[in-house]
Amino acid sequence: MKNWIKSGSPWIWLNGGAVAICMIMVVGLIGLIAVRGLAHFWPADIVEFTVTNERGEEQIVMGEAVRSQIIPAAVAEDSGVILPEDFAEDGIITRHLIKQGNRDFGRDFAWYPDVTMSEWRTPQNAIMLERREWGDFFGFPVEMRVDDEVFRDEEVWPALQASVERTGVLFDDLRRIERFEVGRINQQIEGLRLEQRRLALDDTISEAEMAEHVTRLEIERGILDAEYEVLRLEMEELRAASRRDTLVARMANGQEVTMSVSTIVRATQPNTMGMFAKLGEYVYRFWHFLTGEPREANTEGGIFPAIFGTVTMVLIMSIIVSPFGVLAAIYLREYAKQGPLLKIIRVSVYNLAGVPSIVFGVFGLGFFVYIVGGSLDELFYPEALPSPTFGRPGLIWASLTLALLTLPVVIVSTEEGLARIPSTVRQGSLALGATKSETLWKVVVPLATPAMMTGVILAIARAAGEVAPLMLVGVVKLAPTLPIDGTFPFVHLERSIMHLGFHIFDVGFQSPNVEAARPLVYATALTLVVLIVALNMTAISVRNRLRERYRSESD
Amino acid sequence: MSLKNEKIKIAVNDLNLFYGKDQALKGVNLEVAENKVTAFIGPSGCGKSTLLRCFNRMNDLVDICRIEGEIMLDGENIYQKGIDVAELRRSVGMVFQKPNPFPKSIYENVAYGLRLQGVKSKRILDEAVEEALQGAALWDEVKDRLDVNAFGLSGGQQQRLVIARAIAIQPDVLLLDEPASALDPISTLKIEELIHQLKERFTILIVTHNMQQAARVSDYTAFMYMGDMVEFGKTNDIFTNPTKKQTEDYITGRYG
Repeated sequence: MKNWIKSGSPWIWLNGGAVAICMIMVVGLIGLIAVRGLAHFWPADIVEFTVTNERGEEQIVMGEAVRSQIIPAAVAEDSGVILPEDFAEDGIITRHLIKQGNRDFGRDFAWYPDVTMSEWRTPQNAIMLERREWGDFFGFPVEMRVDDEVFRDEEVWPALQASVERTGVLFDDLRRIERFEVGRINQQIEGLRLEQRRLALDDTISEAEMAEHVTRLEIERGILDAEYEVLRLEMEELRAASRRDTLVARMANGQEVTMSVSTIVRATQPNTMGMFAKLGEYVYRFWHFLTGEPREANTEGGIFPAIFGTVTMVLIMSIIVSPFGVLAAIYLREYAKQGPLLKIIRVSVYNLAGVPSIVFGVFGLGFFVYIVGGSLDELFYPEALPSPTFGRPGLIWASLTLALLTLPVVIVSTEEGLARIPSTVRQGSLALGATKSETLWKVVVPLATPAMMTGVILAIARAAGEVAPLMLVGVVKLAPTLPIDGTFPFVHLERSIMHLGFHIFDVGFQSPNVEAARPLVYATALTLVVLIVALNMTAISVRNRLRERYRSESD
Repeated sequence: MSLKNEKIKIAVNDLNLFYGKDQALKGVNLEVAENKVTAFIGPSGCGKSTLLRCFNRMNDLVDICRIEGEIMLDGENIYQKGIDVAELRRSVGMVFQKPNPFPKSIYENVAYGLRLQGVKSKRILDEAVEEALQGAALWDEVKDRLDVNAFGLSGGQQQRLVIARAIAIQPDVLLLDEPASALDPISTLKIEELIHQLKERFTILIVTHNMQQAARVSDYTAFMYMGDMVEFGKTNDIFTNPTKKQTEDYITGRYG
């Protein structure tokens, strides 16, 4: 035993054990969110069974089985389950959570005990409809009405597929017109309004001139109104066209429902699908999750605006923080006179890293948004007041706040990088007649770039995962527009953005539909992790390329 | 001693150098002949490297360093006010103990000094780089891979590259601070041969720990001890017939 301790083995075991525990935690974390998040997109079979409800009636239930649970019989009885006469009082029963959809007619998630449950069937003609509102629908197709034509039995399914595809195209057209063309006209009308107000605020314009301007603006507005009228009619037509087809479907309880195909996003028959068809459907759903827009208070649809917002914000943050951090570090390390004052400055900068991030959020709101943004509004956008342009939370303020938050990281690693450059290299440059700044910019800074990149990588990792301060300075639950789009000036720094981290919080805690939201929390979390890893990998590969270039024999 | 029959390139007059309170050079007087090799020998800490660094004012980089006296380069005191230090360092090149190439290609290393002076013409740079590399006896080894990172060269090649870098800007004086101490014997031999060739074009001052090296390469030798210039004279005289007991003890290996 004594020899064993002397040999150092316990230390090795201890160290190895620590590594093992870290690995288990990392793998467990990623594994959990990956499994839970990825499973959500799998098109599960639709099951159907009969069960006795609380009132003792037989009831037919249809939907996807989500998960099951074992509970004591007494607990089940308390929650209203009617147990068979001969069931042991202290026994345990299994209950299943069924996603039965059809939220417009009842609960979309419900628990059913298996004691009174019949065998599960998987009816071949059961359909699942992804709808624009009210979540999914489970049922059986009865008939399709296209204009005056009526399809029944085997004809319903192909007709429904064709119709869904057609309305999908119409819907996309409608969205495009709404978003781009109507959006553009609205923006131009708003521009005219602001111009009129700007002219009204300008004292140097005489009344005659003013009247002239007003007439001109009126004419321009008239043109825009006419353009809008054309679009309105076009949209009206598209809407009417998309209402052409209706589907009649029967729910599990026998009730028939008539719905317009325009409310349906996608129709599937999972029970008839083979492995490959399901795989295809899985990829389709996953892709639409990544590229789609959220619906239904973020509990359905995709997360594209959140991904886009997160990436844009992190990129702008790195563009701001890199030069600031690097320049500050160069000054602190190369030019500033080393002394007590510098020590204080350095300690303060390092300690910035320890300030809770929400404090940065409060600072960002108070200083950037209200003071800086407010002043910008007064200087450049007085015509839009009292409605703020820059004086409200937005992309630029979120990026600036995060830049401030990550500044110490960049400064510290840049300083360390500069300190590691051998003095012989500096002297070599100076001995060739280079000035101090020539030496710095041509030799020292290039050699220190890998260290600077390390700082930026750490900054990105920290910034991409930050949520708390963002809620104050620019991230919202649902942003109507992306921060980068086709209208001048293309990058709209004043707009609010969506963010994956906040999206997780919002879907997980602010959503009215917990069961529907839960898988999305995992899927979004997985996306966030993958995104951060991807951003880091990009930065790391840039750094490695730089390292290769500035490789020195001592490394 | 003063040099006869030689053109004086550098004259050091009563040079005192202090690091804070410590005096590292004590009233040094010295004359350096043009187009000759002058070697500084002496035990570690005797001030020979410090003295060498005075000639291109590298000691300016040390905050606590203070200098009295004068160093005349071509009749002009390099420590007088209004001297452009960068200009001075262009005419007094320096090679350090450890090869210190820049993290750039071989070509860019040699062209560095010229680019600093604003030379942009590709043709002029090409010529200067080739000439410098040939001058440093490195051209044949690297002419096919000028765009390769300089760190890929061997230690001896790196040191010759650094010499090429120094002579590319056409200095008058070359300061060599133990240029071969980090190299293997074959590389050392090459550097020594190179010094022989270079003295036709430059005035060379070399610090070395290796007394055989000093005897092989130099025309004049200065022996320093504890910041004092103990003895200075023709290399032959110093090594065969030293006038001071300290010098004799040192070169015969009795201390140091």
